[in-house]
Amino acid sequence: MGGLQKKKFERGSATNYITRNKARKKLQLSLPDFRRLCILKGIYPHEPKHKKKVNKGSTAPRTFYLLKDIRFLLHEPIVGKFRDYKVFVRKLKRAYGKTEYSAVERLRENKPTYKLDHIIKERYPTFIDALRDIEDALCMSFLFSTFARTGKCHVQTIQLCRRLTVEWMNYVIAARALRKVFISIKGIYYQAEVMGQLITWLVPYQFSHDHPTDVDYRVMATFTELYTTLLGFVNFRLYHSLNLLYPPKLDIKAESELKEENEDDYAMNSECYLEKLSALSASLSRVVSTAEEEEAELDQFPIEGDDIEKMEAREKEHKQQEDQKKLFEGLKFYLSREVPRESLAFVIRCFGGEVSWDKSVCIGSTYEVTDETITHQIVDRPNIDKQYINRYYIQPQWVYDCVNAKIPLPVEDYFLGVTLPPHLSPFVEEKEGDYVPPEKVKIMALQRGEKPAHEQEEDDEEEEEEEEEEDDDDNDDDDEEKDEEEEADEKNLKKMEEQRSQGKSLQVKVTPGKVKVENSARLEQEEKAEEKRLAIMMMKKKEKYLYDKIMFGKKRKTREANKLAAKRKAHDDAEKAKKKRKTRK
Amino acid sequence: MEGSSGNMRSSEQREEMKKIREKTVKKRSKQKEEEDQDQIFNFNYKPAEEEEDEEDEDLSDSEDSVYSGLEDSGSDSEDDEKEGSGDINDDDDDDDDDRKVESEQIQQTEERKRKEEEEEGVTDEYEHDSSDEEDIRNTVGNIPMEWYRDFPHIGYDLDGKKIYKPIRNKDELDDFLDKMENPDYWRTVHDKQTGSDIVLSDEQVELVNRLQRGQFGEVNFNEYQPSVEFFSRDVMIHPVTNRPADKRSFIPSLIEKEKVSKLVHAIKMGWIKPRRVEDDSRGRYYDLWASEDSSILAKHRMHLPAPKIPLPGHQESYNPPPEYLFTDEERALWEQQDPSDRKLPYIPMKFSSLRQVPAFPRFIHERFERCLDLYLCPRQRKMRVNVNPEDLIPKLPKPKDLQPFPTTQSLVYRGHSSLVRSISVSPSGQWLASGSDDGSVRFWEVCSSRCVKTVQVGRAVKNVAWNPNPSVCLLAVALDSVVLILSPSLADRQVVSSSERLLSGEQEVEPTEGAGPVIWSEAEGEELNQGIRLKIQHPKAVHQVVWHAKGDYLASVMPDHSSHLQVFIHQVSRRRSQNPFRRNKGLVQCVSFHPVRPYFFVATQRSVRIYNLVKQEMTKKLQANSKWISSMAVHPGGDHVICGSYDCRLSWFDLDLSTKPYKMLRHHKKAVRGVAYHRAYPLFASASDDGSVIVCHGTVYNDLLQNPLIVPVKVLRGHVITHDLGVLDVTFHPTQPWIFSSGADATIRLFT
Repeated sequence: MGGLQKKKFERGSATNYITRNKARKKLQLSLPDFRRLCILKGIYPHEPKHKKKVNKGSTAPRTFYLLKDIRFLLHEPIVGKFRDYKVFVRKLKRAYGKTEYSAVERLRENKPTYKLDHIIKERYPTFIDALRDIEDALCMSFLFSTFARTGKCHVQTIQLCRRLTVEWMNYVIAARALRKVFISIKGIYYQAEVMGQLITWLVPYQFSHDHPTDVDYRVMATFTELYTTLLGFVNFRLYHSLNLLYPPKLDIKAESELKEENEDDYAMNSECYLEKLSALSASLSRVVSTAEEEEAELDQFPIEGDDIEKMEAREKEHKQQEDQKKLFEGLKFYLSREVPRESLAFVIRCFGGEVSWDKSVCIGSTYEVTDETITHQIVDRPNIDKQYINRYYIQPQWVYDCVNAKIPLPVEDYFLGVTLPPHLSPFVEEKEGDYVPPEKVKIMALQRGEKPAHEQEEDDEEEEEEEEEEDDDDNDDDDEEKDEEEEADEKNLKKMEEQRSQGKSLQVKVTPGKVKVENSARLEQEEKAEEKRLAIMMMKKKEKYLYDKIMFGKKRKTREANKLAAKRKAHDDAEKAKKKRKTRK
Repeated sequence: MEGSSGNMRSSEQREEMKKIREKTVKKRSKQKEEEDQDQIFNFNYKPAEEEEDEEDEDLSDSEDSVYSGLEDSGSDSEDDEKEGSGDINDDDDDDDDDRKVESEQIQQTEERKRKEEEEEGVTDEYEHDSSDEEDIRNTVGNIPMEWYRDFPHIGYDLDGKKIYKPIRNKDELDDFLDKMENPDYWRTVHDKQTGSDIVLSDEQVELVNRLQRGQFGEVNFNEYQPSVEFFSRDVMIHPVTNRPADKRSFIPSLIEKEKVSKLVHAIKMGWIKPRRVEDDSRGRYYDLWASEDSSILAKHRMHLPAPKIPLPGHQESYNPPPEYLFTDEERALWEQQDPSDRKLPYIPMKFSSLRQVPAFPRFIHERFERCLDLYLCPRQRKMRVNVNPEDLIPKLPKPKDLQPFPTTQSLVYRGHSSLVRSISVSPSGQWLASGSDDGSVRFWEVCSSRCVKTVQVGRAVKNVAWNPNPSVCLLAVALDSVVLILSPSLADRQVVSSSERLLSGEQEVEPTEGAGPVIWSEAEGEELNQGIRLKIQHPKAVHQVVWHAKGDYLASVMPDHSSHLQVFIHQVSRRRSQNPFRRNKGLVQCVSFHPVRPYFFVATQRSVRIYNLVKQEMTKKLQANSKWISSMAVHPGGDHVICGSYDCRLSWFDLDLSTKPYKMLRHHKKAVRGVAYHRAYPLFASASDDGSVIVCHGTVYNDLLQNPLIVPVKVLRGHVITHDLGVLDVTFHPTQPWIFSSGADATIRLFT
């Protein structure tokens, strides 16, 4: 009769979680403040394993936070600041109501502010942590930096975002960290490798935004507040890791080059420097000016056996990367006014090229169109009137495709007015069984150093692929065929029987037997397949379920790949037919 | 009266002004020229002046004109006198005014002369008359003079007398002549109010010119005089004013004291804070991660980093390969789908060049959704199953190593015209009996697939069972409510005779059996010729007959919910039947004898009961875990049972292990119709409506600790599914690893 009766929901997982409303009450914050706090501190709801237990037996949909997280928030100094701010707003309202403008002024002077430094440090204890989480920060900052001053957010925020993104881009240029670029319909994706972390961010196209009404800009602004702080600290650290000055300064040499008599036309003096920085055409000044950074050679360690291969592979990769970094070295680009200047300048500079543009487009152009040493002019219009002989006129996609292919691609496909080859995503890594577009195959061949093969060969390759696919199909079909044969036999027999039953004399006929060629390999295969089928029958229910799921996924994948291949084939055939018709005409 | 009183007032005022002016006459004398111009502004005076001064007066003297105007009105004559003589008493004057009006008028001419004399003395008084806007002669005020167009006068003077228009108006001709002749025409101005022309003097013209040029009226006025700073930063010796300081400037102010004390109190209480120093550290960056300590890291153990946004594939490209673009159907499908169901949140698009790419309309939306995901989405740690599917497949011995087992279809027995319900092989393995819905029982030779005998029984045969005793050759056939015992005479003479003996031996005993629910009768005539020996009439339709291993006992099943008369056990030698169960324990599906021991298996819908026939009690109840058992087979060893069920399952019971199935085999896609054990080989088979027979290897070990090994070894197909029925019965050959199956397609097949 021992002890008290245990009450329900007083121990275990029910005590580890807290609902949102309770958390809010515990913190004595309004919902917007609570939301802001969660955003800043990176607190997110947790999905309990047993929802019903946590929810005290109810199955109502609720969001749960970890109680520990909320306790952790209780000690946050920013909560106090939020309360201060609430009081401030109240006082201000009252002062306005009483038209005590001196009081308003005094209150405004004492407007409570807060800093997020400690939160950043707390959320990202190490620099690498911060780098890992910087993707969202970059995306957001790039988005906000393209906002117009329409009152959707503070002008200072926009300017800060712009500054930080420009700093980031300058760092990427200085570190030559860019790896991949992808022009999508959403915007331009960039991927850079910073301190061994792959960082991908998306930059929208330079158009004014059609601001949607169903978006809460306060939430976005709170995120941006956090992200700008994070990005600032990250930039600082990154600049210092490269011995660059922070806030960034242009190289003295570059600065003198950029000096122009009419620079006042572009911007006010105060904004001019940022504009020049954002032109991305000049290098940054370093704390210690080193003439040439020495190549960091990989140290050789004595290794045995297996590791040698790995090491070699690594070395090879390293070399390839170094080569990629110098992709555009020695090339001089000139951007026409209709191409996206910032993106192209950024990419070209990241790979060591020189770039300039029309003076009227942006500040910071370094040479004119008439410069004879220009090797490539990037143009995005059907034709151009005055062409120089000693330079290529190419479309902007060439630059991006080169970067993704890591080799300078042949320029012929990208000339003016030429139908461009498809622009492929560099982020897709095809595994076995995935569909690989033929263009990718071509590029991979180029990377391997093979000469661009003739069309014929390509076709052969394709056909081969198709054949393989067909083979696979055959395997599946075999059983059916067999069945069919049997069925045919049976039909024959039935016929005979019928005849017999009708009392007709059988037409006795001996047909010459056919020698069945025994394909030993095939037999073996079949046997194996059957074995597998039988073994699958013996699987446990749970495992079978899992297995079926996996196999379903696999099948779907192949189905999709086949569908794509079929689509491509149909398209190519149509194209070919069109071509033929044309030639006939 | 009002008019007069108004006049009085105005006159009084003027007098006062005059007095003041008199005091300052001397000072002002310097500024005489200025005042001239003041006069000029006041054009109203001019016409009057001209009128009078036509003959003699000089235009330049404006003071005269002012005065003459007054004089002209004739109102202030007396006032003027008094002024001239110095004011004696103002009050009396007013009274006098009225009285003297008439006399004044008479004396006008005289007075004028007098005044002219006086003027010399009084001129200064009027020099500073600044009331320019005040028209002294015409009192109509500032009205459009057209109103007086139709009257002979143009207004009233100060005394209320009419001012008459000049007698002769100038017409065009006059005007023209004037223009031509008068050299001063250009400087003549018409005064509408008095209806007179004024000729401007040179000074006046000059003044007008200067004003037009935007200059000061006075020639000598210096606009750029150095300003004298009255209050300067230099400390003067003398105070600006000589006024002694107030007393209050020496006494501390009480109000101020109160205010200060209030402020001090507020500061003390912390209500007023000092002005905040602008904190410039905000927005300034430094090396935040200069000292990375791992102590904070420990806090983050529960932290689940947000998953990154998946990277874009080829289809998101602005210029994707053509196969990634939507066809019309795909696009239609995409548009129909709910946004949450769509595989892609956008439609892939192709642009021929970069400049044609528009802004993505949902960009901000997507960012916002990401934000929401980051702070609103519950996170849960989920272990990703990273399993190689090959690893999931159990490692079983290869079927090749478990041979022999039937692998190929070798013979088909044709002849039945309807579905073959049941088959049975003779203990010798030479003959095969089959019962079909076409109302016939056929006997086949196994090796040649020849039908050696056909017995027409007339009704659909439910079940056939060959007597397992090799020394007799009998076949039990269940059809409708009758069980027939056939002696097909397909064996040695000796065997046939022994079986005849078995059937005949009981005849003596037969009558002892009273009239029970079961009636034994002997076949006669035609039936006898066909080989039918005995008929056992049951009260209900019999579904199954089973022989005991010894071949003397026979059990029949009549499934029925309502009664306890479901199972009968017949003894053929004594022609006796008995119902072993007193109570109805469910719908009996099938029964079976234990091969060696006196046990009896009864399968109801969901369970199998095992009865000890000697002790007359139930020893075990097996839970089949299936909905409806269809068939049952007992291992020749007697320790294992398999049950097939209509819900596609085959359950293997190890009687030593548990009452629950040791293994559930879900090999079939459709209902399992029949199961069978091989008598000699470790094989068992199941037949199903999906048209397949699955042969499994099932080794049973003598060691109790080792579980039976069950391996499916072959899926045999051949039967055609008709009317949704596939294989109905399955039997093994008693000695060979062969299997027979009968199907709904009216065939029997042998797999070897």
